[in-house]
Amino acid sequence: MTDPNALSPLDLETPEKPFLDANELVINMGPQHPATHGVLRVILRLDGEKVLGLECVIGYLHRGVEKIGENRTYAMFNPYVDRMDYVAAVSNGLGYCEAVEKLLNVEAPPRAQYVRVILTELNRLTSHQLWLGTHALDIGAITPLFYTFRDREEILKIFEKYCGARLTTHAFRIGGLQYETYSGFEQEVKNFLNFFRPKIDEYEELLTTNRIWVERTKKVGVISGADCIALGVTGPVLRASGVKWDLRKAQPYSVYSKFDFEIPTGQNGDTYDRYLVRMAEMRQSVRIIEQAVEAIPEGPIMAKVPKVIKPPVGEIYHSIEAPKGELGYFIVSDGSTQPYRVRVRPPSFVNLQALDVMCRGAMVADVVAVIGTLDIVLGEVDR
Amino acid sequence: MVAKLKLSYGSGIEALTYLGQNYMVVDRSLIPELLEILRSDEQFDYCVDITAVHYRERAKQFDVIWVLYSFPRNQRIRVKTPIADGESLPTSVPIWPGANWLEREVYDMFGIKFDGHPDLKRILLPDGWKGHPLRKDYGILQQDNEWVQINLGIESGQ
Repeated sequence: MTDPNALSPLDLETPEKPFLDANELVINMGPQHPATHGVLRVILRLDGEKVLGLECVIGYLHRGVEKIGENRTYAMFNPYVDRMDYVAAVSNGLGYCEAVEKLLNVEAPPRAQYVRVILTELNRLTSHQLWLGTHALDIGAITPLFYTFRDREEILKIFEKYCGARLTTHAFRIGGLQYETYSGFEQEVKNFLNFFRPKIDEYEELLTTNRIWVERTKKVGVISGADCIALGVTGPVLRASGVKWDLRKAQPYSVYSKFDFEIPTGQNGDTYDRYLVRMAEMRQSVRIIEQAVEAIPEGPIMAKVPKVIKPPVGEIYHSIEAPKGELGYFIVSDGSTQPYRVRVRPPSFVNLQALDVMCRGAMVADVVAVIGTLDIVLGEVDR
Repeated sequence: MVAKLKLSYGSGIEALTYLGQNYMVVDRSLIPELLEILRSDEQFDYCVDITAVHYRERAKQFDVIWVLYSFPRNQRIRVKTPIADGESLPTSVPIWPGANWLEREVYDMFGIKFDGHPDLKRILLPDGWKGHPLRKDYGILQQDNEWVQINLGIESGQ
């Protein structure tokens, strides 16, 4: 038997195909690739260095979260939602708890609402920090990763002190909070804000006017506001394309309407603008936490919720502004202790659809930059 | 808005409100047309989500749900249509390009086909998988054993 790997001798006399083939080239990126932020497989169609189009293959992390939800009680499903977008677990929990509360027609007491806002915004900071570190690392700037992870640690310490967990926190319960804040919580959050404010400047100093960073991100992965809306893209990606839309302002939930903050937007819809928008969002989150921590009211932390949660027959769609975009929960209740159907509308899944549009005509190396700037978490894409 | 739609479509539309959220139950025959009108005349320019619910004991087993949002009006609406098992729906990809993956996921999880979809294939599960896991007759521990044995080389993934 001949060796299948042996190269056949080149017949230069009568080439059936041209010696240097200039046809389009199809290559695989991933599923195991350090720049895909998880297990994402991208099939690229290339013309030399230029991307003609691409296809995403997803599902490697599929765990059937929605099916699990149908087989657990409302309270039992609560920790599962943390494991979708595991870098912003608190946001996932907030969306789910609020959706079930609406279905039950109860409202969390004000004190719980304020603590929720503080923890959710702290979580937005950790999510953006992780994004910045890994995104910069993908493009070749290694330093920001150490800066952001050093500061992220301080937030995770607050989470750990509050509920014992750092990432998959399960911080909220249906109807409010399980735990009262620990003594010195407010002071610790304030100390963190004072520590963190100059750190954002430090990140910006590293990157905003860095020539290599600017060249690698400006005019890369451009998407227009109209395209974003047509594709359903939300979050910082939509805002960087000039659409001033944030669910915290458009359809305020929890106690967000009580705080004074702005929605940062960009104009060009490129990777650089998305970077600037997320940096500005961190500053706005700091502003929100500052106001919330000053105004935490006294009072109970749990509403009157029956021991066995049995929402009346009906359905609800509730969505919040997660760090990645609109995170929605569609829950159908049949009056029993388990949801009849839980549908999660994950922002990462819908945003990832735009990758093809954003990468067409770009260089291969830009694909890495665009995956980073979309800020996807594969745990949430695949659920 | 609903009153205007009712005038042109009559009994095919039923408008309901639950917990302050508006939704309408519409006849399957109205589907591409009504969605187009919502997109163009009523400015529901953002298709948030497409999903389905399975009711095994009903004659029309599935509810397919579109969650729509309008940027100019800052309003949400849900459109719901009941269909029977094996019945297909017209695609809404020409109306909202973002419906592409959402429809693929509904097909993957429920086996509901969308006619005219540019690339209707499984999205989260592998291509050769048998069964649609979010149907109520699909058990929580059920899996495609044959696929697991061939592709993973193990007896069972459980």
